[in-house]
Amino acid sequence: MAVVEGASPDTPDFAAGSRRHAAAVVSTWVTTVDHKQIGILYTVTTLVFLIIGGLEAMAMRLQLWSPDANLIGPDAFNQLFTMHGTTMVFFVVMPMLIGFANYLVPLMIGARDMAFPRLNAFSYWLFLFGGLLTYFSFLAGGAPNVGWFAYAPLTEYAFSRDHSTDYWILGMLVSGVGTLAGAINLVTTILTMRCPGMKLGKVPLFVWMMLFDAILLVIALPPLTAALAMLLLDRGLGAHFFDTSAGGSALLWQHLFWFFGHPEVYVMALPAFGIISEVVPVFSRKVIFGYESVAAATVAIGFLSMGVWAHHMFTVGMSNALDAIFSGASLLIAVPTGIKLFNWIATIYGGRVRFATPMLFAVGFLAMFLMGGLTGIMLAAVPVDWQVSDTYFVVGHFHYVLFGGSLFAMMAAIYYWFPKATGRMLDERLGRWHFVLMLIGFNLTFFPMHIAGMLGMPRRIYTYSADRGWTYWNQMATVGAMVLGVAFAIFFWNIYVSLRRGKIAGDDPWDAWTLEWATTSPPAPYNFEQIPIVRSRRPLWDLKHPEDPDWDHE
Amino acid sequence: MRTAVGAVAVICAICGHAAAEENLSIFSPESPPANSVRDLFYLIFAITGVIFVLVEGLILYSAIRYRRKPADASAEPAQIYGSAPLEMAWTVAPLLIVFVLFLVVVRSVVEAREDPTHANRLEVKVIGHQWWWAYEYKGADGSTVVTANELHVPCDEPGDPTPVALTLESADVVHSFWVPRLAGKTDLIPGKSNRMWFATDKPATYYGQCAEFCGMQHANMKLLVISEPRAEFNAWLENEQQVAVEDATVAAGRERFLALACVNCHTIRGASSRGAVGPDLTHLAARQTLAAGAAPLTREKLIAWIEDPDSIKPGSLMPNMHLSRKDCELLADYLESLK
Repeated sequence: MAVVEGASPDTPDFAAGSRRHAAAVVSTWVTTVDHKQIGILYTVTTLVFLIIGGLEAMAMRLQLWSPDANLIGPDAFNQLFTMHGTTMVFFVVMPMLIGFANYLVPLMIGARDMAFPRLNAFSYWLFLFGGLLTYFSFLAGGAPNVGWFAYAPLTEYAFSRDHSTDYWILGMLVSGVGTLAGAINLVTTILTMRCPGMKLGKVPLFVWMMLFDAILLVIALPPLTAALAMLLLDRGLGAHFFDTSAGGSALLWQHLFWFFGHPEVYVMALPAFGIISEVVPVFSRKVIFGYESVAAATVAIGFLSMGVWAHHMFTVGMSNALDAIFSGASLLIAVPTGIKLFNWIATIYGGRVRFATPMLFAVGFLAMFLMGGLTGIMLAAVPVDWQVSDTYFVVGHFHYVLFGGSLFAMMAAIYYWFPKATGRMLDERLGRWHFVLMLIGFNLTFFPMHIAGMLGMPRRIYTYSADRGWTYWNQMATVGAMVLGVAFAIFFWNIYVSLRRGKIAGDDPWDAWTLEWATTSPPAPYNFEQIPIVRSRRPLWDLKHPEDPDWDHE
Repeated sequence: MRTAVGAVAVICAICGHAAAEENLSIFSPESPPANSVRDLFYLIFAITGVIFVLVEGLILYSAIRYRRKPADASAEPAQIYGSAPLEMAWTVAPLLIVFVLFLVVVRSVVEAREDPTHANRLEVKVIGHQWWWAYEYKGADGSTVVTANELHVPCDEPGDPTPVALTLESADVVHSFWVPRLAGKTDLIPGKSNRMWFATDKPATYYGQCAEFCGMQHANMKLLVISEPRAEFNAWLENEQQVAVEDATVAAGRERFLALACVNCHTIRGASSRGAVGPDLTHLAARQTLAAGAAPLTREKLIAWIEDPDSIKPGSLMPNMHLSRKDCELLADYLESLK
């Protein structure tokens, strides 16, 4: 543990010169068990993967710009969409949200660290090595090319003879174990490490949603791990779990994968809801409208999300009864999601809304996520799903959920908490450019996909003929993807310049209400000099408004 | 102006009048299952459309109306902690909408699944392969007629279309049969037998393609459904039932075909070629396309395909046999005779 005690309290001085100093900085980061440094490691790593996944998407969009294009062949294209999906789900959205939780949860609950600091570091390194292992496949003969949900028996040795699928399985297994450990750590931290006075009903909503997020992970990940192990046995040792030529079941894989895969969607959405539940009140200058119902809706979403997985499988020929059950459960999940949306709007209503960049992204989230939710209702209607399932309509739909939803919220989070983590503000002018271009580029890319899908364009095709009438919509999407590229370039430029010359943030630049703003920016390794004692959900509001504290109203 | 053009284009596309030669729009259905999905979609689109406009309006209104003005820089607005009646309202109203939708969905699922009981219905077995389709018909005498890649179906008098019932199976990985103007998609899953049906009274060619990712050439696993008057369909089926024609003028090509590895994969009934890996070629020349729609069936494309399949469909499971140009031409002569 000696190395840990030597860990630097602050984020390192990037401008520092000497080689010995650089080595010390690297050693600090590699050996750290501080939740804040691990949170930053997660965030930086996932931003790198975001660039890689984004470039993969842009390459696909270039290939689809014109019909019968020869820019990228079928094999490379199949690798691109497999790696794009795998990267964005497993190496960007989920770990970035876990990284945020790592950084924020102990601060928000007034704790000095996570419950298991070394397990925490272990989780990060497993995630990183899982990602590197998956990407190593590019050097080892070719990346996985079976799609991110890797339907059996296409993944069996008979149809996937090189090692790319093995790399995919192993990468998923390794990073999956890391994610599981991280989830257990989060649950334990939230349940046992809250500061005096912070009952479970008084935690910030981000913490509440991370609690259920982590519980979902603990329930949903083991089936995936089991399925991956079974597939590995099939491929390596001649087992027949999914080998249909020997009596195995192709549908078993689909059930196991989606039993993980659909809760996974909410694993990527709940933290985003948590971020929005922090950002919207602070920038509207109002307490969250209906804390209890937002919290209850989270529980309902978590519960329902475990009973909707087969809505990914309406086309496999299930019975009418199963179709009805999974359709009903999927429609039902719109209700708690709607409750949250209405509560956020009611929070804005009557406020004094300050449109700093985090709030721009938060309102963008509300507007875009609504669209994804409503197309989700269309997809939950089984016969409509029979038509548009596995088409670009679905691609458009889930990008409105995961990009318009989760990623917009993550951008809000980065602009909101960057000052806390680095001590400097991100530039507002660049932030507004980033937001506007991202909003335009996003809609230009993904809205036309709905139309292409309804005009019959299946997903995952590397080319199409001009006769199909899809060219126009694909070209719009490609232009949009390039605009998104520019938006992200501005975002990374903003980080680069703001780290050097950004305005000094101070402890509480947004005049916010949760505990992380009660300590320095960046916080010391021990977070708080004294463990705070709280009496309400907005301890800093109580401090700033002693005449009208929250506990009078809760 | 640009937005106006865009809006018109969107509306045209949505109405199914997009000027594409091969129409695959779910909004131009020509068969009862596709009709009912279109109607259901319009209903849900209307409901979600109203919700979309109202809620987006509410978001924009709240954000703009309550943006901070310079006058109220320092003061905090009134803190509203919640409202039980309001929150009850936006819980119960969506619940009711969802419940109605659920009932509508259940009814349309049950209706769509009912196997058609029409006396004249046509039964066809569809077997998905990487990356082509095999079709098995029952001939007039009860024998099995095997063909590939082009599904011919009869259409009788308008108003009383003949249902076509498909049994869907797969020889390798998961595929999905999707011709949007006829019906929603159903997967072909190895080890499982699925059913779907459609019925059309409009003679036309309907396009589609495999809708479940199935490997390298998923993009070129296209579907062609040719709906034709009953008499033409019967003539086609009777022809498909015959063994291959023996044309003396292409004897050299026939001899090459039987001497080369072609016979290991392809069946040509009546020519002692019984391979079962690739498509049945007994009446290849009666088809419009090559390699499951990857190219039109012309002599030039046929020769190119035999010479180097990857030039037309990279990754295709048909190997490059490294044949001489002369052999390719002889084989093309023979295959073109297989009407």
